[in-house]
Amino acid sequence: MVAGTPLLLGTVGEVICERSGILNLGVEGVMSLGAVVAFIVTYTTGNPWFGLLAAIAAGMVISLIHAFASVTLQANQVVSGLALTMIGLGLSGMLGKPYVGKPLAVKMNDVAIPWLCDIPVVGAVFFRQTPFFYMAILLALVAWFFLERTRLGIKVRATGEHPRAAETQGVNVTFVRYACVMIGGGFSAMAGAHLSTSYSKSWIEGMTAGRGWIVIALTIFALWNPGKAIGGAFLFGGIFVLQYLLQPLGISPNFLAMLPYGATLFILILIGLGDQRKLSAPAQLGEPYKRGER
Amino acid sequence: MFRIKVSDRDRVTPIQSLVTNLLSLLAALVAVGVIFMVCGVNPFFAISKIFMGSFGSMYGFKETITKAIPLVLIGGGLTLAFRAKFWNIGAEGQLLMGAIFGAWVGLTWGDSLPSFVIVPLMFAAGFLGGALCGLVPAFLKIKFAINEVISTLMLNYICAEFLTLLIVGPWKGKTRFGFPGTDNLPDGAILGVISGSRIHYATLVLALISVVILTIIVYRSRFGYEVRVIGENPEAGRYAGIDFFKTSMVIMLISGGLAGFAGVGEVAGIHHYLGYPASISSGYGFTAIIVAWLAKLNPIYAIVSGVFFAGILVGGDAIQMSLGLPAATVQIVNGTLLVFLIMGDFFIKNKVTIQRSAVVDS
Repeated sequence: MVAGTPLLLGTVGEVICERSGILNLGVEGVMSLGAVVAFIVTYTTGNPWFGLLAAIAAGMVISLIHAFASVTLQANQVVSGLALTMIGLGLSGMLGKPYVGKPLAVKMNDVAIPWLCDIPVVGAVFFRQTPFFYMAILLALVAWFFLERTRLGIKVRATGEHPRAAETQGVNVTFVRYACVMIGGGFSAMAGAHLSTSYSKSWIEGMTAGRGWIVIALTIFALWNPGKAIGGAFLFGGIFVLQYLLQPLGISPNFLAMLPYGATLFILILIGLGDQRKLSAPAQLGEPYKRGER
Repeated sequence: MFRIKVSDRDRVTPIQSLVTNLLSLLAALVAVGVIFMVCGVNPFFAISKIFMGSFGSMYGFKETITKAIPLVLIGGGLTLAFRAKFWNIGAEGQLLMGAIFGAWVGLTWGDSLPSFVIVPLMFAAGFLGGALCGLVPAFLKIKFAINEVISTLMLNYICAEFLTLLIVGPWKGKTRFGFPGTDNLPDGAILGVISGSRIHYATLVLALISVVILTIIVYRSRFGYEVRVIGENPEAGRYAGIDFFKTSMVIMLISGGLAGFAGVGEVAGIHHYLGYPASISSGYGFTAIIVAWLAKLNPIYAIVSGVFFAGILVGGDAIQMSLGLPAATVQIVNGTLLVFLIMGDFFIKNKVTIQRSAVVDS
């Protein structure tokens, strides 16, 4: 459950971003930056909630790079996203250097939901969790409701499917895409904050360990639906945990470390084997939109 | 009132393109300087240190050429893949797989075969290893519509873990006293270097020949034409009867294979044994992406941009040591350069003019 939380947060953010037509490959970098910012602020202020807020702010600001390049400058989104990852990983390494190996005195405390947490087995798993866990689930449901059931959500989806039509209906495509990229960045940074202030309570370089990339695969797996992302994220979280469970059986730890990545490929193949038409990727995903062009 | 007008450029002269790129690089260095300043490092000192460290001394320059070898090889291969809009982010894994295959050949037959047989064999094996690792995502993309960015990246992690698995387990050398890593390659399997440097000339020559051949392929062959069509207008390519499967497989065979060459070069020319993945490749696969982009996807320019980024890697090592900055610093420099390069592309494609807009009388 805990291992799936950052994956879920990241995936929901990426779903929102991609639904508006922008592919953001910078998740890994933003997540890493979120982790380091959350750690530093928590370490200095002693309040993990400040850390979380700072991380979200940092994630949104750094994502502006990608928004500016891909929306305003109509640059190639693959390259721009990769650049964002490099900058995010680089910045987090540089900012975090003095904090490597320092333990966190305070952490996000687990929250037990009254009564429900007393249910045997299930109670401890679902209702005695870090606040990130509840936030992730809640945000995923809110994101689903927002995208599928609200007028604003329709605007976001229209921007991703057919920006020209959206614009004739009075949607500000540029604004929507900027907003979605920034929201996505905030989510990714939140996922990072979970890693450094709740999951491991420390900062080391490379602690995101490719989760940002798995998030992008999960977005496809969830068919761009935040609701389906919940199942996918916790399935993958389970695979991360499986590594540690299987280790005592004498299986090489390096082999087990391949599991999440291998599973990602495997699941994508399964999706690929299925009906391609069900893969409802936003029609204009990755395509820059140029106003006034026919 | 002023307003900014953006219109398409009809023609771009090579000079305009070059000047824009140079200005982008300059702007990027200013931005990097600002980041350094925010992080409490004197930007002028740091940036001059980067370039003095790499191009300012004979030792630095030799190191720069050494590091340029894998970058030119991989970057050259990536220009081909990126031209077809095949986003091969997996060069890191392809390099490692090439290193594994090459080292295996070297360790197995290095003692029994003469050097002029074993070295070409190792390179051939390395090419095969890298190519196999590159073919998987191409196959998955065409047959199962799997995004190649994801599949190549996942393979990076898988290859790195596979290499670690080999060197802590079955391939662990007897001479390593229990530390992970294979035994040293036999003398015959070790590449010669230019004296007083670490430049393994066999790989250097291989890199130069490869990009020349690639340039000819891209601009002068039917296959190169097909690659460009797939990248620029896949619909047209489909009507023209281009076999996407075959073309993608060949692209990744070449791109992966060249990364495999680079892997053999690193193992047989620099380290002489197979160690941890992070020591064999210090992110060459990722840096090569920017090398290819700065080269404007023209393989021959990969030589220039490869040397430039090798310089930043070497200079980055220099400031790490003298200023105590983390290894990730180089990534900031690289990422910022890449952002400014794609921003520069906007000004190459579009004409941006600031006009005084006419005041409309009411």
